[in-house]
Amino acid sequence: MEDRAPHRQGTAADTPVLEMRGVTKRFGAVVANDDISLSLGRGEVLGLLGENGAGKSTLMKILFGLYTADSGEVLVDGAPVRIASPRDAVDLRIGMVHQHFVLVGPLSVAENVVLGAEPGAAGLFDRGAAEQRVADLAARYGLAVDPSARVGDLSVGVQQRVEILKALYREARILILDEPTAVLTPQESHELFRVLRGLVDQGLSIILITHKLGELKQAADRITVIRDGRVIATVPGAGTSEGELARLMVGREVKLAGRRAAAALGVTTDAAEEPAGGADAAGPGGATAAGAATAGGGATAAGAGAAARAGPARRGPRGRGRRRCGGRWRPGGAAAGGVREDGGERPVRLSARGLVVAGVGGATAVHGVDLVELAAALAGTRPARAGVVELDGQDVSRLGAAQRGERGLAYIPEDRSTKGLVRDFTVAENMTVKTFDEPPFSRLGWLRPGAIRRFAARLVQAFDVRPADPDARAGSLSGGNQQKAVVARELTGEPGVVIAAQPTRGVDVGAIEFLHARLLAERDRGAAILLLSLELDEIRALADRILVIAGGRFVGELDADRATDEQLGLLMAGREMAPVGGALDPGDAAAGGRGTAADGHPPGSAPL
Amino acid sequence: MDDVLGLGPLLASTIRFATPLGFAALGGLFSERSGVVNIALEGMMLISAFAGVVGSYASGSALVGLATGLAAGLLIGLVHAAVSVSLQADQIISGTAINLLALGGTGFLMETVFGSGGTSPRVSAFDPVRIPGLADIPIIGEALFNQSVLVYLLYLLVPLTVFVLRRTRFGLRLRATGEVPEAVDTAGISVVRMRYAGVALSGMLAALGGVYLSMGVALSGMLAALGGVYLSMSLLSAFTENMTLGRGFIALAALIFGRWTPVGAIGAALLFGLAQALVVTRGSDVPIPQEFVAMFPYVLTIIALATFGGRAVAPAASGKPYRKE
Repeated sequence: MEDRAPHRQGTAADTPVLEMRGVTKRFGAVVANDDISLSLGRGEVLGLLGENGAGKSTLMKILFGLYTADSGEVLVDGAPVRIASPRDAVDLRIGMVHQHFVLVGPLSVAENVVLGAEPGAAGLFDRGAAEQRVADLAARYGLAVDPSARVGDLSVGVQQRVEILKALYREARILILDEPTAVLTPQESHELFRVLRGLVDQGLSIILITHKLGELKQAADRITVIRDGRVIATVPGAGTSEGELARLMVGREVKLAGRRAAAALGVTTDAAEEPAGGADAAGPGGATAAGAATAGGGATAAGAGAAARAGPARRGPRGRGRRRCGGRWRPGGAAAGGVREDGGERPVRLSARGLVVAGVGGATAVHGVDLVELAAALAGTRPARAGVVELDGQDVSRLGAAQRGERGLAYIPEDRSTKGLVRDFTVAENMTVKTFDEPPFSRLGWLRPGAIRRFAARLVQAFDVRPADPDARAGSLSGGNQQKAVVARELTGEPGVVIAAQPTRGVDVGAIEFLHARLLAERDRGAAILLLSLELDEIRALADRILVIAGGRFVGELDADRATDEQLGLLMAGREMAPVGGALDPGDAAAGGRGTAADGHPPGSAPL
Repeated sequence: MDDVLGLGPLLASTIRFATPLGFAALGGLFSERSGVVNIALEGMMLISAFAGVVGSYASGSALVGLATGLAAGLLIGLVHAAVSVSLQADQIISGTAINLLALGGTGFLMETVFGSGGTSPRVSAFDPVRIPGLADIPIIGEALFNQSVLVYLLYLLVPLTVFVLRRTRFGLRLRATGEVPEAVDTAGISVVRMRYAGVALSGMLAALGGVYLSMGVALSGMLAALGGVYLSMSLLSAFTENMTLGRGFIALAALIFGRWTPVGAIGAALLFGLAQALVVTRGSDVPIPQEFVAMFPYVLTIIALATFGGRAVAPAASGKPYRKE
C-alpha cells in the first residue's frame, strides 16, 4: 500500500515478546501442529501464512489457551508460561480477535468490551463509566466506534474494531488476529492495516493469520509459512514475491489463473456489440487502486483477471432474445427475514447462458446474511416476502424448492453440513436425496439401493470425492469432500441455473480449484450461474458480471473485467451507484458497465 | 365512586391468578436468559407447593413453609442444572423428567406424609395483609393492596429483576451467557457457573409461585375455576395433587409472549390471570357449557403464542448445551 509505514521496527535485538518452541498438537491420528517454533519481536507484525487446515488456527488456539499442546513450550518475555485457559492468556496480556467474532449482538459496544471486567462497585455495573472508558480507548488507538451502539446493528468492519477494543481493554500487548480480512471490504481492510500500524507504533506486537498472500506482504514484517502442521519457512514480508509465498504455502507451483482458461469457450459473442477491451479503463483513481488491490488476491486468483480482461469479452446474448435457461429475479423487496424491502421494481436478470454473475455482500449487520437470504429466496427454501422469481420466463415465485429444482434450478447452499447434506446419511443417500423417488432409484414405491449406489459411485468418481465410497457417512467427510458431494448432486442433470452460495467457504485450495473449474465448466456448457460470495478474490476469479448487495439491496452492478477493487469496496460499504438506469428490463438495455463516468464509476445503465 | 361493574373483585381475582404465573415467568426468565430452557417450571412449582405445605404443617409456621418450599425449588433447580449444564443433556428431556417426577413424587409423598392422597390437611398460610392508606384507594385499592405478602413480594421482584438485568454485573453476564456463551467464556467468566446461578434462581422463583398456590389465599377461587367445583373454605391453604394444573407451562408462554423481559412477562401473566379471573367471576353468565368456558385461559394462551410467539426472539443460546472446544 502506498501509505506503508516507512519505519519498520523489525525484530528488536532484545528477547522476543513471544516465542513458541517445538509445539506439537495431535487430534487422534491427525497431527495438527508438528514441532512448530516461531518468535514474535516487540513492535513486530508477524504474518502466519498457510492454507485452510494447515494448522494456523490450532496453533493460535494453543497460544490463547483454548487447546493444550501435547508438547513444546511457550515463552513470554523469555520466561516459560503455562496457558491453560483464555483467562491465563489474558493475564499474560495476550488478546485474540477470532475469525468468527465472539460478540453478543443484543448488547452494546461498551457492554461487549467490558464483559468480565466491568467497572462499578459492589456488583453493580456502571454503564456510564464503561462507555466512557471504551470511548477513551477508542480515541487513543484511533478506532472509530460508538460505545452505546448495539453491536448487532454494526457492520462487520466496525464489529471487528469492537473485538480489537476488547483485547485492548484488557491491556493486551500481543494481539492475534485470525483471518481478519476474510469478510472485510478492501477499504475496511485498508483501514484495519492502518489501525494495526498504529497499534504497533504504540508498542504492541501482532500476529496476523491469513491465507491471503497480498495483504501479508503489505502488513507483515516477517512471514512464517506453515504447511501440513509444520513450519516451512520464515521470510521477510518485503522482498518475497507472492509466487514464492504461494509455492511455500501450497508446496507446489500454483496456477494463478481462474476463469480465463475457459474464456474461449464462452457463448457466442456478438463482436460488433463489443467495443475493444482496455480502451476504457477506469479513471485514474480506479487504476491505481486496482494495482494496489491485486495485492489482495489469493493463491488461485491473484492477477488472474488482469491479462485476460483485455481479451474479447464474452458478453451474453444481449439483444438476441431470452435464452432458454435464463433466470430472472425481480427483487421487489425480495428475500425473507433480515433483508429489507427494496424500493422499486428493479428486475435483476441472470439472463443468458454462459455467464457467471456474482454477488458480493457488503456492509451488513451479520456476515453475509443478505446473500444467504437471497440465495434461499431464489432457490425457494424460504419464501420471498415480495417480488417475483422467474425461471425461463415463468413465474416460479409460488413454487417450492423441489419444483424449482425440477425446472432446472440447482442450489448449492452456503452451509453444506446443515443445508447441503444429511450428515447421518451415506454419500449415496445424499446423492439421491432429491431424486430417490424417481426411476431408476425407486420402483413402485420401493427404493433400489443398487441403482442408488451405482449412481453415487459414478458421481463420487467424477467429482473426486474422497474417500471414494458411496457408503461412507456424509458427516465423516472433510469439508472439501462434503462440498464436492453437494456440488456433484446439484450439477447432475444439466441445470439451467446454478445458485452457488459461498461454495468454497472453508475448503482447502485443491478443492477450491476443482470447484471453480466445475462451475466454469457449467457456465461453458451454457448454464447461468449466480455465485454468492463474500470472498472478493473468488468473485474476481469467476464472475463475468458482479452485483453488489449492501444493506439488503442491490447497490450496483459492475462488469467484472473493468471493476476495480475500489469501486467494489465503495459499493460493498453501501454507497449506491447513481444514477440507476431507467431501463427495467435489462435484456433490452445496453450492456451494463460499459464506458466510464467521470467519477470513475460505470454509468447508470446497470440493470438493477 | 361505586364499583358498579365489579371491577375491584375482578382485579383482585386477576392478581391472585397472575401471581403464581408471574413468579414462575420471572423464574423462567432467569433460566432462559442464562441459556437453559426451563420447561420444568411446572414441576418446580408443584414440588415447592407440596414442600411448603409439609414445612408449614410440621412447624405450624407459614414462614417455615416458605423456607422449605424455596429449598425444594432450589434443589430441583440444581438437579435441572446438573443434568442440562454439567451433563449437557437435552434440556427439554431433563425438564420433562422433572415434571413427571413432581407429579408422581408429590402424589406418592401425599400418601406417606399425610396418609391419604387427594388433598392435604389445612396448614397455616399467608393471610392477606391490608396496607392502610393504599388499600383505601377506590376500586383498585382493595384489589391491589389487600393481598398476601407474597403478592407484595412479586410487586418488588419485577423492578428488582429489571435492575439486576440492566444494572448489575451479574445481569450483564447473564444476558451475555444466554446469547453467546463463547463470549462469556473468553472473557474469563465461567459459563457453567452463570447457568447454575440462572437455573437455581429460576427454581426459587418458581418455588414462590408454588408456595403461593398452596399457601396463598386464593385457592378456593382457583380450584373452582379449574375444576368447576366450589370448594368449601376449609380447604384453603392446602396441597392438592396436581394443583398447578399446567400453570408452569402458561408461565413459560407468558415469558415468550413477554419477549423474555420482566415487564413483558408480568404483563402477559396479568393477561392470562385476567382470563382466568373472567372465567371465575363471569363464566356462569355466559350461555355455553362451563367446560368450554373453563378452556378460555388455555385457548387464549395458545392464540397468544400462535400470534406473537413466532416473532419473539429468544436468547440465542437458549436450549443449547455449552461445550468448550
